[in-house]
Amino acid sequence: MTETAPPPIVTVSNLIKQFGRFAALRGVTAEFPAGKLYAILGDNGAGKTTLLRTLAGLNRPSNGEITILGASKFHDICHEIGYMAHPSLLYDEMSGMENLEYFARLYGIAGNSRCAEVIRAVGLDPDLVRPVGQYSQGMRQRMSLARTLLNDPKILLLDEPFSNVDLHSANEMVRLLARARDNGKTIFIVTHQAPLLEDAADEFIWMEFGKIVERTRGLSRGPEK
Amino acid sequence: MKKLFPILGVLTAILLMYALYQALVVAPTEQTMGDVQRIFYYHVPSAWTAFILLFLNFGASVFYLVTRRSTADIVALVSAEVGVVFLTVNLVTGPIWARPVWGIWWTWDMRLTSTLVLWLIYVSYLFLRRFSSSGETPLLAAALAVLGALCVPFVYFSIWFFRTQHPQPVMGGGGSIDPRMLHALLINWLAFSCFAFLVCWSRYRLEKLQREVDAAHAMESLLDPRESLR
Amino acid sequence: MSAPGAITRVTLLKDLRLEWRSKDAINSMLFFSLLVVVVFSFSFDPSAEESRQIAGGLIWVAFLFAAVVALNQTWAREIRNQVLDAYRVSPAPANSLFIAKTLGNFIFVTVLEALMTPLFIVFYRLRSIGPVWQLLLVAMVGTWALVVNGTFFAAMSLRTRSREIMLPLLLFPISIPALLAMVQATTSILSGEGARFWIVLLVTYDLVFTTVCLLLFESVLNAE
Repeated sequence: MTETAPPPIVTVSNLIKQFGRFAALRGVTAEFPAGKLYAILGDNGAGKTTLLRTLAGLNRPSNGEITILGASKFHDICHEIGYMAHPSLLYDEMSGMENLEYFARLYGIAGNSRCAEVIRAVGLDPDLVRPVGQYSQGMRQRMSLARTLLNDPKILLLDEPFSNVDLHSANEMVRLLARARDNGKTIFIVTHQAPLLEDAADEFIWMEFGKIVERTRGLSRGPEK
Repeated sequence: MKKLFPILGVLTAILLMYALYQALVVAPTEQTMGDVQRIFYYHVPSAWTAFILLFLNFGASVFYLVTRRSTADIVALVSAEVGVVFLTVNLVTGPIWARPVWGIWWTWDMRLTSTLVLWLIYVSYLFLRRFSSSGETPLLAAALAVLGALCVPFVYFSIWFFRTQHPQPVMGGGGSIDPRMLHALLINWLAFSCFAFLVCWSRYRLEKLQREVDAAHAMESLLDPRESLR
Repeated sequence: MSAPGAITRVTLLKDLRLEWRSKDAINSMLFFSLLVVVVFSFSFDPSAEESRQIAGGLIWVAFLFAAVVALNQTWAREIRNQVLDAYRVSPAPANSLFIAKTLGNFIFVTVLEALMTPLFIVFYRLRSIGPVWQLLLVAMVGTWALVVNGTFFAAMSLRTRSREIMLPLLLFPISIPALLAMVQATTSILSGEGARFWIVLLVTYDLVFTTVCLLLFESVLNAE
């Protein structure tokens, strides 16, 4: 093993996030090398969503530091981040293509070819005029994933992308994400459906009560301490 | 620090009693209105004290927006609360004065109307602080305070012009003032300001303590997560 | 067009398109505006001379109520499905969003006013002695005053409990000087007097509050 490993793409140091008296993150310290798919697991209230939202720049930590792509100010690297959550983050009354055209403009992407490209990549039809609100959950999550990939970000942050999604769509998404990881993207997925990622994930991050308690290669955890 | 407070308290109490004596006994009786006019020595200083406090609220809010220091936020909160109380005093003494003198409870007098609008603005500020569900309540409140403070000149200008076009009986009297009345007025203002300062200080300490308690609870929850689930 | 300008334009067009598609919302608001005018007519008898004299004030109160209903909807679409998160995560500047939303509200409230005004004129038999272009100027500048603060406070209300009551609670006190100016200007122009002071006051108010709202909006948007 050579010593000259590239610096980790995401570093968090003693990350604390408190909502009033409740501490969602109680001192998370970790380094995440680039080009891997991380599955973040844990019970409700473990802090998974808070961690993801803090990485996405959506809430400010109460304490601690985050470094993403060498930058500590989120604004500098926001074009390299893609964020997706259980709600679709799409406008129900517009079609998939119309939604993506709008978000593309927010990233300064002109034209429609990129939008059509990512819609096809997730296995949907760019010419579908049906509004997103009428999609099935599986289609909606795939369209949301397409939105996340629009700006070709280096880092993907996905919060429960497979919730209520049919198995076929879920597996499609996992295949797509594994391919994205193979192409060099770093992917963080919060999920309650760990078995879906058993083959695709490089590492499983286990969280409990606002801290990372274990990191494993496979789905089995070490003996309880 | 702890010893200072009771000493200042006693001094302020003495000052307030002296001011009361000035207002009710020493100051001459007004010619047209009689003894009722003496409420003037409460009506006007309460407004002036409120203005100082609300100006302090503006300063503290701007300071918070720039530095994000918690003390600035507490000062802003405290000065708004006490400021609203003094505005309320002004708004209540106004009608109490107006009724026997002019026979009506309220006139849309320029100063009284402006005070009413100010009161509404700062009560809405207190509502925001109460109803905010965000973790960044101090920031939202500071933003509102800045907007409210910037509104104040517009309030005065618009109502002043409105009144010049549609004159109404003016309360508070204009024209020259007897030096003994002026003296009583200023003594009362000083007494009110000292009293306001003490109340603010006390409230500040209370709020600071409350926040320390909350921080201690939060620290407990940080160390043992099962604490917060109780 | 500069990048922020382009984002403002795109966001505004997106909002207009979404408004057009959810015609239910527009129709209900148009009908609400009509109801307000009729209710006012029953409360303030249009055949009485006094009512005609205060018509300038009445119409602005009617506009205010219609505006509040419209303003409460401003961010509703962004909250559904958490779409606002997608905007916040992108490099698009917060102020572009604010301007786009304010312009959208301005257009929408102007449409409501355009519906309500003929009704008022007809019901109250209003006639203007002063020039109509001045009335239009007052309408523009006054509506902007309501809408710029309204959009800002609607964003602030997102971070509160009882969101829908917080918007008018925060908006009304601060709008009082502008409201007084709008009413007085309208009444003056209708009776043929000058309204220069009020118009200057409104323009100044608009400049000050638009600037400060722009300075503070980003912090408010991200205050989670």
